[in-house]
Amino acid sequence: MRRYAARRAAALVATLFFVSALVFVVVRILPGDPAALIMGTEGSREASDRLRESMGLNRPLPVQYVEWLARALRGDLGRSIQYDLPVGELIASRLPVTLPLALMAAAFMVVAAVPLGLYAATRHRRAGDYATMILSQIGISVPQFWAGLLLILLFSVTLGWVRSGGFEGWSSGVGAALRSLLLPAIALGLFQAAVLVRATRSAVLDVLREDYVRTARAKGLSELRVVGRHTLRNALIPIVTVAGIQLGQLLAGAIVLESVFALPGLGRLALGAITARDLPVVQGVALFIASTIVVINFAVDLVYTVLDPRIRYE
Amino acid sequence: MRRRPLAHATFTLGAAITLALVAVAGLSLLYTPADPLTMSITGRLQGPSGGHPFGTDQFGRDILSRVMAGAVTSIAVGVIAVGIGAALGVALGLLSGYVGGWLDETLMRLVDAVQGFPAILSALLFTAVFARLTRGSVLELREREFVVAARALGARDRRLLLRHILPNTLAPLVVQATTSFPVAILAEAALAYLGLGTQPPHPSWGLMLKEAQNFLGMNPWFAVFPGGAIATAVLGLNLLGDGLRDLLDPKTA
Repeated sequence: MRRYAARRAAALVATLFFVSALVFVVVRILPGDPAALIMGTEGSREASDRLRESMGLNRPLPVQYVEWLARALRGDLGRSIQYDLPVGELIASRLPVTLPLALMAAAFMVVAAVPLGLYAATRHRRAGDYATMILSQIGISVPQFWAGLLLILLFSVTLGWVRSGGFEGWSSGVGAALRSLLLPAIALGLFQAAVLVRATRSAVLDVLREDYVRTARAKGLSELRVVGRHTLRNALIPIVTVAGIQLGQLLAGAIVLESVFALPGLGRLALGAITARDLPVVQGVALFIASTIVVINFAVDLVYTVLDPRIRYE
Repeated sequence: MRRRPLAHATFTLGAAITLALVAVAGLSLLYTPADPLTMSITGRLQGPSGGHPFGTDQFGRDILSRVMAGAVTSIAVGVIAVGIGAALGVALGLLSGYVGGWLDETLMRLVDAVQGFPAILSALLFTAVFARLTRGSVLELREREFVVAARALGARDRRLLLRHILPNTLAPLVVQATTSFPVAILAEAALAYLGLGTQPPHPSWGLMLKEAQNFLGMNPWFAVFPGGAIATAVLGLNLLGDGLRDLLDPKTA
């Protein structure tokens, strides 16, 4: 187990290295010269050349990369061109929106998907199962941002129950903040819930075929006990794995939902930075999100071995 | 084999929706009820009517015609993204699984890294998915009797890979290609919605939704039809993929 963890950790470091290189390359592919953009149409050629030099943009790419990485490892992601603030500070200031949004979506996903999946599995090949599967198939097909638009259409335009979009911050009250994150979290979690329903159903179905479940039934245990105690606990391993991986995807999906609901989170920060060619910010946010997803996947891998001691690794 | 009828129902429904999508895209190249780009100042933001079954947008353009033309954009993006991803990924996977060793280790870490990126970078992501899938099949096939036998008979690496190993990995690859297609369509729509993809006035479902959001109160139908088109296309392709998986690849079903 310990050797396995050590090997996985080494692989994690290698993966993170590639993540940083990919982020760097992808950001360089974006068209547009930040120095020219800062100077505007007024700046002379010499002035923008000087600026490019002071920003280090005229040096060879590998040198730029190594310097950026070295600083990033020390927690310095550079300075935003747009805001003239450290990128790390900007990211930290947006997390109180994006993180709760992703976590609320994750909570919605688990609360909606696990009972539904369990229900479908116990009604295997009966009407309830088919209905649940059709529902999840539809959930997988609806784009998250369209789900967001439809929720706005229903709850704010037609019914007028909630304001559509905007976020006044946590200082104006936890209840109000949670309310403004509710619709985006549901829209975000819907797709992932639909995926998790299917994962839960097939995991539970697998366990229901096991001999010990048949034994439990033969002993005369109630169906509730068979499913609740003997089945669900053993089905949890694949469910937790899928849910963990989806947590990373929720973080990435939040980017689009923040645009639908005008929430000042990481995604809107990145989007604004892309439009303004604010390369340090684009780089910083992309590195942050991609690394977080890779680290979550790594953690899921480790949790997997803890949950199921039967699994052996060479 | 009690699963067959349902498997076929899924496959048939998925294939029908997918064919309809392709047919609509093809038809839109020859005929649309109105020109997707022609504006009309007087006919802005109308609800569905006989003249405009899906209504009109903020410039008075016919939404039905624009939804039809948007199908071409979605299919083109899907074909390009899945095509690049599959070609690169299969090549990398064959190499990685067959050669093994440090090359395999390095390529797989690269694949891990790419999978940290959202689906928005579709072609990149698909490369990783196809590489991993192909590699897995190659690892398994490399030791199988027919491959070992072919090698003993003096077949070269190239021949072993292309004639003996690759054809046996095709079934899961076809399924993967089908399930990747809707991911690409969703990614294109999301990018266009964010203003980072297809640019106006070119019709794209995601872009139409971005425009519709500003007029939700005036013409809600504007947001309903393009989104419905995305959902229907994705649903059809998902069903097709599930059906194919059941029919071609009994192991994973």
